[in-house]
Amino acid sequence: MEALAALTVAVLVACGVYLLLRARTFSVVVGLSLLSYAVNLFLFFSGRLLGGAPPLAGAATATADPLPQALVLTAIVIGFGMTAFVLILALRARGELGNDHVDGKGEKR
Amino acid sequence: MNHWMVAPLLLPLAAGMVNLLLTGRGIGPQRLVSLACTVALLAVSVVLLGSADSGALSVYRLGNWAAPFGIVLVLDRLSGMLLATTGVLALLALLYALNGDDRRGHNFHVLFPLQLLGINGAFLTGDLFNLFVFFEILLIASYCLALHGGGAARVRASLHYVVLNLIGSAFFLLAVGTLYGLTGTLNMADLAVKVAASGPDQTALLRVCALLLLVVFGLKAALLPLHLWLPALYGSATAPVAALFAILSKVGIYALLRTSTLIFNGSGPAAGMIASVLPVLALLTLVAGSLGVFGAQRLRALIAFLVVVSAGTLLAGIGQANVKGIGAALYYLPHTTWVTAGLFLLADLIARQRGDQDDTLTRGPAVAQPTWLGSLFFLGAVAAAGLPPLSGFIGKLLLLQSVAPRDGLWLWSEVLLSGLLALVALSRAGSRLFWGSQSQRPGQGAVHWGRLGPAALLLALSVALTVGAAPVSRYAEDAAGQLLRPAHYIAAVLAAEEAP
Repeated sequence: MEALAALTVAVLVACGVYLLLRARTFSVVVGLSLLSYAVNLFLFFSGRLLGGAPPLAGAATATADPLPQALVLTAIVIGFGMTAFVLILALRARGELGNDHVDGKGEKR
Repeated sequence: MNHWMVAPLLLPLAAGMVNLLLTGRGIGPQRLVSLACTVALLAVSVVLLGSADSGALSVYRLGNWAAPFGIVLVLDRLSGMLLATTGVLALLALLYALNGDDRRGHNFHVLFPLQLLGINGAFLTGDLFNLFVFFEILLIASYCLALHGGGAARVRASLHYVVLNLIGSAFFLLAVGTLYGLTGTLNMADLAVKVAASGPDQTALLRVCALLLLVVFGLKAALLPLHLWLPALYGSATAPVAALFAILSKVGIYALLRTSTLIFNGSGPAAGMIASVLPVLALLTLVAGSLGVFGAQRLRALIAFLVVVSAGTLLAGIGQANVKGIGAALYYLPHTTWVTAGLFLLADLIARQRGDQDDTLTRGPAVAQPTWLGSLFFLGAVAAAGLPPLSGFIGKLLLLQSVAPRDGLWLWSEVLLSGLLALVALSRAGSRLFWGSQSQRPGQGAVHWGRLGPAALLLALSVALTVGAAPVSRYAEDAAGQLLRPAHYIAAVLAAEEAP
C-alpha cells in the first residue's frame, strides 16, 4: 500500500516536472496541476495510510488523523484557484505577446 | 488577550471586502476606505510596536483554542517592527497611488488591502500551515497587483513570477506534509519542541524539511539561484505597486529568520542546516545583485537589483546567527525597504518627465524639476549605496562590526565591494539623467506635490533612521536577542493562559 502510494506521487511529480520544463504555457499549466495533485496526495498520505479507522480521538482502536484531510482541503481550494488564475494569465500572455512561449519570445504564429 | 493583535488582519480584510462592494460606485469611496484602512493600520502597528518593545510576547488564540491545537498569532519584537515598517510603507505607497495610478487598472483598492492582509498575517502567525495560507493570500494579491496597468512587459514578468511561486507553494506543502508526518504538529513553538526531541531515525527527513523550507523562503526572498524573477517583475510593476513590493521579498527573509531561529534552532538534530548554507548563498546573492546594479540599462531595473543586493546584505547578517549579526540586519531592514520604495516612486517621477526616453539611462530630455528630483535622487543614492552619514552606512557598519575582519574576510570584501559598485552605478545613472540632458533648458512645470511628497517622505525616513539610530539599533538588538532565546517564545505560546 505504501509502495503504491509513493509510486503514484512519484509518477505524478515526474510527469509534472517534465511538463513544467516545456516551453509552451499550456504544458506548463498542465504540469502545475499534475504537481499540485501529487502534493495533495502527499499531504493526504502524511496522516498515515489506515483503512477503516474512525477519525475520532480517544477511541480504543487506531484512529485516522483528520487534520491532513483539513489541510488537503485547503490546499485543493488554493491550488484550484491558482490554476484558474495561471490559465487566464497564460491566455492573456498569448494575447499580449502574440505567442504562447513562456518567455514570450517564440516565433509569431 | 490583547485584542488589538488581530486588528492588522481584520482591518485590511474588512477594507478589501467593503471596497469590493463599492465597485461600480466611482473610485472616491474606495479611496477613502483604503486611506482610512492604512492610516488605522499604521496607528495599530505603532501601538503593537510599543507593546512588543516591553519584551513580553503577546499570544492571541484565534477561536480561543489552546496553543498546539488552535492557530495562534504571536507578537514579538520582530513582528512588531515588521508590522510598523509595512504600515509606514503602505500609507505612503497608497498616497502616491491616489494621484491617479489606482485608475490604471481594475480593483486596485480591493487588492491593495488584501496584499496588506497577507503580509501582516505572515508576520503575525505562529502556525506553519497558516503561514502557507497567508503566503498564498499575499501572492495572489501580488499576482494581480503586478499586472496592474497592463502591458506586455508586465504580463511576461508576471507569468514567470506566478509559475515559479506556484512551484514554490508545492514545495512548501511538501515540507509542511513531511513535518506533520514526522511530528504530528504544525504549531511553530510545538514543532520546535518536537524537532528538538526527535530521534536519530528522523534526522535525515528533518534536514530535508529544513532545506525544502530554505528553497521556498529563498524563492520569496530572492536568494541567489532563485532571484531571477525579481528584477523583471519589480522593474515593470506600476510605481506604487513596486514600492509596496519592497516589503514582499522581506517576508521571505522574515520566514527564513523565524524558521532558522525557532523550528530548527541551535539544539535540534537538524540545527545548522539552514545556517550552514545561508551565509554562502547570501554573499553570492550580494555579488549577483551588485553586478546587476552595475549593468542595468534602466533606472527601475537598477533599483530592482538594489532589492536583490539588500536581500543579500540582510541574509549575510542573519546567516551569522548571533545577536550582533541579526541585530544589524534588523536595523538595515526598515532602511532598505523604505529607501528602495522611495527610489521606485522617484524613478516613476523621473520617467514621467522624460517622455519617450522613460527611465532608460541614456541622454535625453531634461526633467522639469531638476533641483527637486536631483536632490532627492542624491539623497536616495547616498542612502542606498551606504555612504555616510545616512542610515545605510550605519546599517552596513553594524553588519561589518558584527564579525571580526579576520573571520569575515569574505563578508567585509563583498559588502564593501557591493557598496562601491552601487555607488558607481548610481552616480553614473544620476549624471546621465540630470546632467547628460541634450535638450533645451529645463521646463518650469509645477511641482506635483501629491506624487513628490510620498517619495520624498520615504527617502527622508532614512534621515529619521539616522537621527534615531540609537533607539532603533537598540530595539533591533533586543529583537535579535529575543529570537535567539526560542525557549521564551515556546513557553509563551504553549503556556498561554486561558481567556476569562
